[in-house]
Amino acid sequence: MLKNITLGQYYPVDSWVHRLDPRVKILLTIALIVAVFLVRSMVGYAILLTFIFLASCLANVPFRLMIKGLKPLRFILILTFLLNLFFQSGGGEQEILVHWWIITITRAGLRQAVFFSARLALLVICTSLMTLTTSPIQLSDGIELLLSPLKIIHFPAHELAMMMSIALRFIPTLLEEADKIMKAQMARGADFESGNLIKRAKAMVPLLVPLFVSAFRRAGDLAMAMEARCYHGGEGRTRLRVLKLTRHDLFAVIAVALLIGVIILERAAMPDGWPL
Amino acid sequence: MAEENRIQAEAVSYTYEEAETPALSQVSLAVKPGEFVAVLGHNGSGKSTLAKLLNALYVPTEGRVLVCGMDTRDDDRLWDIRRAAGMIFQNPDNQIVATLVREDVAFGLENLGVPHDEMVERIDRALEAVHMTAYAATAPHMLSGGQKQRVAIAGILAMTPLCLIADEATAMLDPSGRREVLDTVHRLNREEGISVVWITHFMEEAATADRVVVVSDGQTVLSGTPREVFTEVEKMREIHLDVPHMADLAKRLRDAGMPLREGILSVDEMTEEVCRLLCPSN
Ligand SMILES: Nc1ncnc2c1ncn2[C@@H]1O[C@H](COP(=O)(O)OP(=O)(O)OP(=O)(O)O)[C@@H](O)[C@H]1O
Ligand SMILES: [Mg+2]
Repeated sequence: MLKNITLGQYYPVDSWVHRLDPRVKILLTIALIVAVFLVRSMVGYAILLTFIFLASCLANVPFRLMIKGLKPLRFILILTFLLNLFFQSGGGEQEILVHWWIITITRAGLRQAVFFSARLALLVICTSLMTLTTSPIQLSDGIELLLSPLKIIHFPAHELAMMMSIALRFIPTLLEEADKIMKAQMARGADFESGNLIKRAKAMVPLLVPLFVSAFRRAGDLAMAMEARCYHGGEGRTRLRVLKLTRHDLFAVIAVALLIGVIILERAAMPDGWPL
Repeated sequence: MAEENRIQAEAVSYTYEEAETPALSQVSLAVKPGEFVAVLGHNGSGKSTLAKLLNALYVPTEGRVLVCGMDTRDDDRLWDIRRAAGMIFQNPDNQIVATLVREDVAFGLENLGVPHDEMVERIDRALEAVHMTAYAATAPHMLSGGQKQRVAIAGILAMTPLCLIADEATAMLDPSGRREVLDTVHRLNREEGISVVWITHFMEEAATADRVVVVSDGQTVLSGTPREVFTEVEKMREIHLDVPHMADLAKRLRDAGMPLREGILSVDEMTEEVCRLLCPSN
């Protein structure tokens, strides 16, 4: 059952977007996030959403998968919406849409609620585009290379990436082991499923203790094996996975630059929160 | 002049920190080019300690270890020593570093700073040598234990070692995986002339070696060809090691008065010898 787990959100197909350099994708995602913050009206969000929709078509990723990324955040989204709706502050005369008991909803409040929840949703969708099209290991490569200039101030960029890739390597192994321990404990009468929250948390102890012990043993073994294979940190190391910038990366950069240009124009031209 | 020994341990002792008695005392071992040496011993006899001394994971408390003439105390040659004496370990899961087979084979090469194009070539060759080319792009957790160990061997092989040290590399495998790994190592020993130090507690595996060294309580107690060692049935018993069934049977028959020749290890040899005794005319 654990043989085929995919890690993170990665959607493993081949596409133009998948083949982009992870460094470029990370930087462009940051640019998109900035763009989301620059937007002043719903028109701007519509432009952004269209852009991401087109990108998801190019990436061979179903758009609904990106929307699905919002699901774990639905409570935060709803909360954002409600808080902004009810507690819109702002002086002066306000156009009141609904007034019932202690609840007052103003036009400005509605506008703000829609605007901020749209912002939050778009932030998530933008990053989903990256995580769906970039494998975790590529992400870790990209982060390592982007952070490597910081090595001169002794920032451990290589170590960070090595930790990430070892974690990725061992997640399936540890999951398999957790499954094995769980079955072994269940065979001895352990009960992981019934009872209240505290009881269930307590039931996890006989699972977690052996799992941790084994993880530490594995760490010791692995460190020994890495040393035996001449591992001595990032210094003087070459890499099998090399990242090369191509023409396509340039296209992607130009596309995002154009988008940001449009957003800046929108910012200048549109009133706040229009058209609500 | 004969080629120097790949590994030369001279009266080596090693005591773990906080341990009172040495885990290994006054052990000497020489491994010639192309030789396949098996090290036998029961649990806690010091086999793993010996293995780790052979590629500078530990340095001896007393005595010295030379790997292709390089002293393991010499920090400047550390990476040369570990490259020359590659090591594979018992647990196949705990020695694979990367998320894909070919990237794991690359790990040692990356550490040595091998240029990219050469790296690709050497990976392909190493994977081919262990017959794992088809799995180059597979995730390690999808492989069987025997396949994982072959990947680990490829990772060492890519670094072009002169000697391979295997510390109970088959202990966690099923019989078919065990055979698959041992056969691979024997083939590399034959075809590429890589010396092998094969640590094991399986008699049948030791019987396939050129030479067997038996350690007990941190000391070498027996050393010689498998035939010489396994016919020392009593001495092996003393240190709680079994001998192959046929060696045991031969000894009992001899004790009972049957004039069997010395050095019988396999069923075939036994059959032949018994036939010879029963019908001398053939
Ligand atoms: N890290 C350590 N610290 C202290 N003592 C140790 C350590 N590792 C091993 N020893 C001790 O050294 C002795 C030799 O251990 P070693 O692991 O070399 O034996 P082994 O022959 O490999 O056994 P096994 O068959 O169980 O692998 C044992 O008595 C053991 O308790
Ligand atoms: Mg051991």
